[in-house]
Amino acid sequence: MLELLREMFSYGFLVRALAVGTLIALCAALLGVTLVLKRYSMIGDGLSHVGFGALTVAAAMNLAPLQVALPVVVLAAFLLLRLNETGKIKSDAGIALISTTALAIGVVVASQTTGLNSDLNSYMFGSILVLDGDDVVVSIVLSLAVLVFFVLFYHRIFAVTFDEDFARATGTRAGAMNLLIALLTAVTVVLGMRMMGTLLISGIVLFPTLSARRVCRRFSSLVVTAAIISVVCFVVGLILSYLVSTPVGATVILVNLAVLAVFSAVGALRARLQREA
Amino acid sequence: MALVICENVSLRYDGQTVAENLHFTVEKGQYLCVVGENGSGKSTLIKGLLGLKTPAEGTIRYGDGLHRSEIGYLPQQTAAEQDFPASVREVVLSGRLGGMGLRPFYNKKDRELAEESMRRLGISELASRPYGALSGGQRQRVLLARALCGARRLLVLDEPVTGLDPVVTAELYQLVEKLNRQTGLAVVMVSHDISTALRYATHILHLQRTQLFFGTTADYVASAVGRAYLNESKA
Repeated sequence: MLELLREMFSYGFLVRALAVGTLIALCAALLGVTLVLKRYSMIGDGLSHVGFGALTVAAAMNLAPLQVALPVVVLAAFLLLRLNETGKIKSDAGIALISTTALAIGVVVASQTTGLNSDLNSYMFGSILVLDGDDVVVSIVLSLAVLVFFVLFYHRIFAVTFDEDFARATGTRAGAMNLLIALLTAVTVVLGMRMMGTLLISGIVLFPTLSARRVCRRFSSLVVTAAIISVVCFVVGLILSYLVSTPVGATVILVNLAVLAVFSAVGALRARLQREA
Repeated sequence: MALVICENVSLRYDGQTVAENLHFTVEKGQYLCVVGENGSGKSTLIKGLLGLKTPAEGTIRYGDGLHRSEIGYLPQQTAAEQDFPASVREVVLSGRLGGMGLRPFYNKKDRELAEESMRRLGISELASRPYGALSGGQRQRVLLARALCGARRLLVLDEPVTGLDPVVTAELYQLVEKLNRQTGLAVVMVSHDISTALRYATHILHLQRTQLFFGTTADYVASAVGRAYLNESKA
């Protein structure tokens, strides 16, 4: 085992993937808690499709992918939130609309320029080779910023997640909190989508919370458990993907699925024991 | 000066006017019961008072330096949050957030106030229990404890006793009355239970799409509107 780890991490790109991926898995899980509980799950998915569109446009124009995707996805996050609040279009329909539009733009742009080639493939399903030195620094700094904001606003995020009306009525700026949550989600999605794949990134946002919910009854324990699950699943997924040569994003999702199955079984067992007691 | 001033207010819900021409004030120490039949715009008015809904016409103002963070609010229970993973203590403490300004974390005083609030409602021993596992009555007490944590000048209660048994209901009414009498906390309560409204309230606001009556409880009992409504609810 130790031998294997030493071998793996003699590759620079795997060390980078481990550093960035662990941080992103952590951010994704923390934000996932509030997204799932607020029933905003689809926002993460919608944003990653917008990210796909932005990546293809960036590639076509020979621009740096992060610099293009980040502002575009942040803008999309604000737009999705507005849709949700004004209720003009039902938010699930609105998200589907934005997702498919972004996907369509991405595919059209790609077909006119580089063609539907391996680049596109790696945007959709992720690649572990995409991170270069600059990306690593930007990713680490931004994901640390996401973590700091989440910790500073933890109690307010709880309040708007539990009961937005109460929070708003008693002086918490709920609108600003929702904006912050959307912004942090956008940053996390953009940072994670190239390694995990735009079609798969929302999985690491949702799975850890869904697993943790099977056994946790308190918000604080839910947040901590989801974070631990997410990081462990990422590291295990990364090692497995190296061993059996599978794409890292998909492998991490399948590890998460296995954990969800285990936690569901434990939760069901505990519920049964409590009924009998 | 009044804490809340409503002038010529109309409120819409889903594009329909549910209440119009509302004129009333909430003063310090006042215990105002909002009565009226279902669909008479009571809950929409509460949302208006709390700033969750902007009036279609007229203005709702806070006076006497009342700030949002000095308001406590007990919402009508919704099914959505009943399965929410949170401990009782986490829920009650969140009542302190409004008054914390830019401070990110709870301090000792916040925690003491939350503990005191739970003690007052007799839920101290539930503090680390999951909110979702409580009975309806226990949940209502948790939400009231949360409201009291932050309520320094105004307490707004929307149908507070729905689903509570008679003993808990009586306790809740007595507690609110005590706070109102002893600390001068103004209370606005929506209720369709007219007999308790008459017993505790200093003022009555009777809604039926528009404001049928606003004034003291004694005047209400003597008024034509009051007599008609009382006879109807006795029958």
